[in-house]
This record gives sequence, C-alpha cells and structure tokens, in this order.
Amino acid sequence: MNVGSGTRAESVLDVEHLSIAYETRKGDVEAVRDVTFTVRQGETVGLVGESGCGKSTIAFGIVNFLGANGKITDGHIRFQGQELTGRTQAELKAIRGHRLAMVFQDPMQALNPSVRLGDQLMEVLTCHQPISQDEARKRCVDMLRRVNMPDPEDVMRRYTHQISGGQQQRVVIAMAMLNNPALLIMDEPTTALDVTVEAAVLDLIEELKSEFHAANIFITHNLGVVARVSDQLCVMYAGQMVEKGPVEEIFHRPCHPYTRGLMAAVPKLGDSKADSLLYPIRGRVPAPADRPRNACVFAPRCDYATDRCREERPRMVEISAEHSARCFYAEDIDERPRTSRRRSRTAMPAEKTDEDRQAETLLQSEGMRLYYPKESDSVVSLFGLGEKKFVKAVDDVSLRLAKGRTLGVVGESGCGKSSLVKGLVGLEPMTGGELEFLGVDISDTVTDRELGLIKEMQMVFQNPDSTLNPSYTVGKQIARPIRRFKTVPKNKVKSEVVRLLRAVRLSAAYYGRLPRQLSGGEKQRVGIARALASRPDLIICDEPVSALDVSVQAAVINLLLEIQQTFGSAMIFIAHDLSVVRYFSDDIAVMYLGQVVEIGPADLIYDPPYHPYTEALLSAVPIPDPEAEQAKIRLGGNVPSALNPPQGCRFHTRCPRRKKMLPDEGKICTVEDPPWRQAKSGHRILCHIPIKELEKMDPVVHAA
Amino acid sequence: MSTSIVEDPEAVIQRRSFFRRCWDGFSVLLASKTATVGLIIVLFWVLSAIFAPFLTPYTPLEQDWKSPNEGPSPEHILGTDELGRDLWSRLIYGARIVLVILPVSEDFWIPGGTALWGVIVALVVGIILGLVSGYYGGWIDEITMRLLDAMMAVPIILLYLIIMAALGASAVNVVIAMTIVGTPGIARLVRSLTLDIRTREYVRAAETRGETPWYIMFVEILPNARGPIIVDAMLRVGYAIFAMGTLGFLGLGVPPPSPDWGSMVAKGREFILAGSPWAALWPSVAIASLVVGLNLLADGLREESMRYQ
Repeated sequence: MNVGSGTRAESVLDVEHLSIAYETRKGDVEAVRDVTFTVRQGETVGLVGESGCGKSTIAFGIVNFLGANGKITDGHIRFQGQELTGRTQAELKAIRGHRLAMVFQDPMQALNPSVRLGDQLMEVLTCHQPISQDEARKRCVDMLRRVNMPDPEDVMRRYTHQISGGQQQRVVIAMAMLNNPALLIMDEPTTALDVTVEAAVLDLIEELKSEFHAANIFITHNLGVVARVSDQLCVMYAGQMVEKGPVEEIFHRPCHPYTRGLMAAVPKLGDSKADSLLYPIRGRVPAPADRPRNACVFAPRCDYATDRCREERPRMVEISAEHSARCFYAEDIDERPRTSRRRSRTAMPAEKTDEDRQAETLLQSEGMRLYYPKESDSVVSLFGLGEKKFVKAVDDVSLRLAKGRTLGVVGESGCGKSSLVKGLVGLEPMTGGELEFLGVDISDTVTDRELGLIKEMQMVFQNPDSTLNPSYTVGKQIARPIRRFKTVPKNKVKSEVVRLLRAVRLSAAYYGRLPRQLSGGEKQRVGIARALASRPDLIICDEPVSALDVSVQAAVINLLLEIQQTFGSAMIFIAHDLSVVRYFSDDIAVMYLGQVVEIGPADLIYDPPYHPYTEALLSAVPIPDPEAEQAKIRLGGNVPSALNPPQGCRFHTRCPRRKKMLPDEGKICTVEDPPWRQAKSGHRILCHIPIKELEKMDPVVHAA
Repeated sequence: MSTSIVEDPEAVIQRRSFFRRCWDGFSVLLASKTATVGLIIVLFWVLSAIFAPFLTPYTPLEQDWKSPNEGPSPEHILGTDELGRDLWSRLIYGARIVLVILPVSEDFWIPGGTALWGVIVALVVGIILGLVSGYYGGWIDEITMRLLDAMMAVPIILLYLIIMAALGASAVNVVIAMTIVGTPGIARLVRSLTLDIRTREYVRAAETRGETPWYIMFVEILPNARGPIIVDAMLRVGYAIFAMGTLGFLGLGVPPPSPDWGSMVAKGREFILAGSPWAALWPSVAIASLVVGLNLLADGLREESMRYQ
C-alpha cells in the first residue's frame, strides 16, 4: 500500500500552517489552527478526527467553500505549485472541477434530484472542456462502467431517486473522476452507507487509486476505514493536527496521547468484554471559543499532562523521517498499546443443560411476524377488493433470551431489526406468531399491556438529540418513570433520581439542567438513566452508540457493561457495527430481510461455520489495523424489496456460496425454504449448505 | 466526571425560579427591535383601556348636542362625533371591549376583551383538534381535516355574517363567531407541528412507558409546539380585532350605544365629505395601529426564536 520510500512522487497539494476562522457575532472563532501536510501524487492521505475537529473545514478551505463568514486567516495552500489562498472566484472555478474534485458525504444531496444522471455527468465534462455531446456521453458511460455500475446506458437516463444509495455514491465518484483530477477530496463518502455497500465502494476507491494515480484526501472518523484506504494519516483534534505519518507506523506505534486514546477506545473485531477493556477518553472536546492559545489543546483530557503542557503549546516533534506528533513527550511515551488491554479471561460458565435454560427464560418468541400493509394506489383496493400487499418487515423470527444475558442483533438497513424491536416493545401490533415475556403472552400492543410488565421492558434510543424532551429538565424526565411505576415512595423520588444520575456517572448538578445544555454523550447517559428508572429486567438498546463520537462511545459502552453487571439486566443490543456488537454481546443474531439467518454465542459467530451473509458482513467490516488480513467477499446486487421477498432462501439472489458449494448450482435455494443447521452450543444457521461444508470455510479475519 | 459526595440533593440542585424564567422570556422580546415597537403600541392600547376612567373626564355616552362633529380642541382632544360624544373617550372605552373586558350580560363581565377571548377559545378547541388529528392519524385525521377544510372554504366575512345573523349581535356571540372562524387555521397548524414532533424519540420513549395518548399529546408534544402557536395566536388577535372592526362597520358587532370602533367608522363615514373626517379617522387609526402592533410583536418574536435554531 505504501508508495516506495525511495524517490517520493511529486507533491500535488502543500498545506502550510493553515488557519481558518469563522466570523460570528462574538468575534472570530478559530476552527483550524496551524495545520501542515502534503499530499503526493498517487497517495491517499487520511484525515481522521471526531466531530468538531475541523477536518471538513480544511477540505472546504482548500476548495474555497467556506461560506460567507469563513476565511483563511493564515498560511498557504499550494496546489500543483500554484497558490490557492487569495484567489478570486473566477480563477478558482477554473481549477475546481477540472483538476480538483470533491466527493461529499450524502449522495442524495450531492446529486440534483430533478436532472437526469446522464445530464449531470455530461455537464461536468462540457463545462470545463470543449467537447461534443456525443463524445461526452461516451466518456460518461465509460466512466460508469469503470465504477462497476450495472447497465450504465440505462442509468444515464434515470433520476437520482431511482438508484440505490451505494449506486448514487458511485455516480458521485464517477462525476469526480470524469475530468481526471489531480486531487480528489472525499469527505466521509461512506459514512451514510451500509457496511457491505461501504466495502464495495472502498474497493472501488482502491481500484481507482491504482488506475488514475490521483492524489487523494480521505476524511473520516472511522479508524477502520482509514486503515484500509490511506497511505499517510493525519490525526486532528480540536482544530489542530496532533500526529501525522505513514498509516502502518501510526497504528503500530501511536505517539500522541490522543491517538493512543482513540485506538484504545475502539474495539477490534474479535475483542470481547471478557478479555479486553475499552478505554474512553474522559472529558469533552473544547468548543472553538474555549481553546487555549498557549497550551496544549489536549492537556485537560490527557493522562500524561504536566505543567509544561498547560503553559506552552507543543510543536510537532519528529519521531522518524515521516512520523511526527505534537507532544512534548512523544518520543518517550512508552509502547504498551494493545497488549495492556487484555485482561485475564474470566472462566467460561459451565455448559447449561436444557432444563436450566428453560427455567431462566426471560423473553421468547416463536414464529413472530410483523407485516405492514402497503397502501395500494388502485381504486379497486379502495373497495377492499384488490390484492393486499404487505411489507414483510419481520417474517418468522424465533428467539430466546435468558435472564441477565445480552443478545446482539446485527443487520443492515431493511433487515427488520427496528421493526423487531417495535414488535417486542409493543409499539406496533404483531401480525402473527407468539411472544412471551416473563411467562406472560405479550402479543398485544403496549397500551393493552399491564403496567407491571411494561415496567420490566424499557428502551434506550439511538439519537441523543431527540431522545430527551427539550422542554423539561433532566431531573423531571428521569423522575417521570419513577413516579409512573411507583418504584419508590413519593418523598424518596428525588434521591432516587440522584442515585440514577450517579449510576450513569453524572453529578447531581445535572438535575436541573435542560437537554440543550448537555453534550451528546451526556444526553445518552440520561436516556440510559431514564430506562433504568423502572428497574427493568430487560433493556432494549437500539443503536445506542452509533450517533456518538468514538471516544464517547467507549464510555457509554463501559457504562452499559457496568449496568449489566450491577443490575443484572438482560439486554438486547442492536447495532450495525459488528466490532461493537461482538464486544458487548453474549449471543448474536444476524438478520437479513426480516429473518434471522444465524444465531448463536458471540464467539462462535465470528469463526466458521458461517452463514454466507455473515461471512460477507464480516469481510466487509473495516478493521482498525492496516496489517490485518481480511477476506474479500462481496455481495452482488441490491437488497430485494421486503414487499416481494425472493422465493425459497431469501438470500439466494446474492449468495456467493451457493453456486459452488451445492449440487446443481444451488437450484434448491431458489425453490425450498432452508432448514436450520445445528452447530455446537446452540449455534444454528439457516442454510441449505450442510454444516460440514460450512465448517470447512476459511475464517474471514486473520489477526495480525 | 467525578461525583461529589453530597448527602442532600437539594443543596446541589439549582432550579430557576418562576420569576427568573418569566424575565428570561421577556428579555427575548426586548432583544428584538421589531418586537419592542410592537409591544409599545400594544401596551399603549391595553393600558389606556385598563385605566380608561382615569384618562378622560368624559364618559363615552355623554352627548353634547351643542358641539357635534368638531375637530380636535382643548376640551375634546380628538374631537367629537355626530352626537357630540368625545372621540378620545369612545376610542379608549372601545378598546376596553376589544381587549380588556367582555360583557357577558347586563351586569356580569369577565376580564379579557372579545378579541382575546375569541382567540383563546379558538386556541383551546383548535389545539385539541390538531393534537388529536396529528397524533392518531387515520380516519380521525381525515374526517376532522375535511370538516375543517369545509369551514375554511367559506369566505370569512360571509361566515361571520351568517353566524352573527343566526345568533344575534352581542359580545359573547362575537366571541363564538371568532372561535368558529379561527379554529380551522389553528387546528391545521397544530396538526402539522404534531406530525413532526410525533416522530421524535422522546415521544416513542413515552409510548414505551405505556403513557396514555392524552398525556403524550399534552405533556410531551404540546410544550414543544408552543413557539409557533404563540406567534400565530398573536397574529390572530390582530385578525380578530380587524374582524370586529368589520362586523361593527356592517352593524353586526356590539350594539349601540357601545363605543365599537367599527360602528364608529360606519357612522363617521357620512361626515367625511362634509368636512369632519375625525369621527371616521381616529377609530380607523386605532384599528390599524393595534393590528400593526400585534403583527410587529409576532414578527419580532418569531425572529428571535429562530435566531438560535
């Protein structure tokens, strides 16, 4: 992956001591300070950092996209030797789109919804070069083919909403590559995509890199993605660059405390809570107005900080020829990154017998079905005569959850995990099947359930910004479930709230604060406290950490673990990040198109035997380790519609294994429903391929 | 985040007092120039109406046959109408009925004024309808909205005419008419706000707790919709005042000899060409200034609340 360290390619972009500030009513606010890096031809520079670190601001600064109140206050940006700062709009326009292209995060917003894709693509060419329509069209079709778009001529005639998210992003990348740019900037291009789609798009980016030799800036907050894609890595914190160097070196030997903190906060695929710890970074990122000018900006959160760090701003210290870090102690920070995370493996509990399991069952579903009726547009259906169509969001799901255990549910968008949760909690009525909780049948909606049952099943939600009611204080919102379920007598409510706040590691001062005064991580903790207020036996966590920064994620996950251990609650943990799910759960269920395709103990899921879909998911997860070897199994096609799921095995339209591992080219998968194959310890897989064949598959991940 | 060991949570919990919160709301108003101007105008009329008996030596009913249709003079600041009544008194007592006092019957009155009560009752009915339609959706929503659409399809003046003709002219009936006319618009606004807020996760959290729909609508959803509703309500008071002026002009408002601004304009109209525009001018200015004041207040509030979005 590394460009040869002998002769370096020529530099395409030189950023020197760049500072960018925004004008606000209260004066200038500095978003980026003193950033220096170089991007060379054929090289990809990864720009990594959390929200608010200024990485997108740098990208906007390079293309002069800062908006009316943003300005470059210091430093130089040289593109192919030419100075970019201080240029007029007209001059920049000639450079932009021609030699410098940008790919944004949300393809839905980057593409014009009312113009055909072909027209948009051709416009990129005709705007910058004297070229005929036919020639332009030919080149566009060519480029679409190069980005692996199926049926390119047809796609030219379509509109944005007629293609899927992954395809839209490919079109955006094609648009960016059309003029053969010298520099391509990508701002979180895969964040909005599903894991398998993301893997395919990252493959594409790598292919294009070797084909076009463009210089690349890749901005992301995901360490796994950046490990895969980049050659050089720049780590940003609070508007400053804190470390930069070759990606393998930084991952192998991170020298800045922030980089080390990030690496320690992210679970690697394969880590589990039994044998490793996640170390969150305490505190929060300082707001732009609060950043000290004459001190190390990371000092308040740093475990190694000394007085010198609080009085003097460190300069970049060179650790090796290309690796430098902004820390006084960079060279002396000792090397104990990964190994110290391991803790002694807790003894595995003895295998339980079936009777033991039955006695402890908390939640059980058999053949659960949740269909949403699709409103038909025809007049016939108005009279109730037409054929009724259903979106089969959850189709025949059978699960069992024992007391105190954690079940992780994994799947991509459209797999039915949110609908599953809604059905369990009772927000949507079940269409069929049985559901039992604490021995009581709960197939009715929440309004019909008894208060005593409702109390025992509570939820933690995904989006911290909308999980709390903005009109009421934190104390009032945590007190509400306490009062409603009468867990403590009236005069003890306040102290109970304070106790819960302490349990989620917030001080009692938070009692009177409003949600808008809290950060994302704090709001999420309040959401957890609220769920705990009724002392439930089961807590359902619907993607509780996806919307949080990496360093905060670790804190919330640790909190949930603590709660698990102290209160003994069972949990259902839904996420799309496989590493986090693996870390946190005892058992895992993999869902695809409304069905559970594999379910079993967490450590058995990540090794063969796999369901072919699980295999593809595991091979798509970006691992934050540039040296890890990961199989590359990509799924073709799109997720079929849940209105009309495929006959037989639902996965058969995209299954990469069936043609080779089954007789008759896997014809049975298109006709018959697959049976459950039993592997050891309750691990089962829904597949026609016999278990012996599945066990022979190679493991997807070989750890470094 | 280290937690301090404190035995008594009360010591640490800070709650902003009621007065502090009111003051904060007020300072939002004053921060906007538009809202401040509007507030001054509205306060002028409200205070004049409240302290009316102290602001003029005359009553609105006192007739002085010797000086009809006079212009502004030292005895009558704004002049007199065709029956010699002092215009300034009739103005501020007219403001009373609109803004400050609602005469329910001969001896019984309640504070508030027709315009205010019209909007308040319309708010109550409209909010309930809007919340229910927005939250439940489905048939309830369809039927309610279509009924309200039907009401909105009738031109407002016509609707007022029909209602006043059916009910008769009195202050309470004006309030009823204003309610009927104002409810559909408010219901629609509240419904669209509810549709949006209903998707938030804190509403789902409340549903997960098994809260009743009424709790969710009034405790979880409504407080978060209060911004646009307040702004709209202020505008509606303006519309209501304007409507009262129209009704009075057509002779359908509060019956004479009450100093209704609209009927004052109607009576005074005849004398404009004869050289005495005063009886028609001042009530028109009064209506216009009050409506403009309320609009400015509403605009200013909206601006300030959007500033921090």
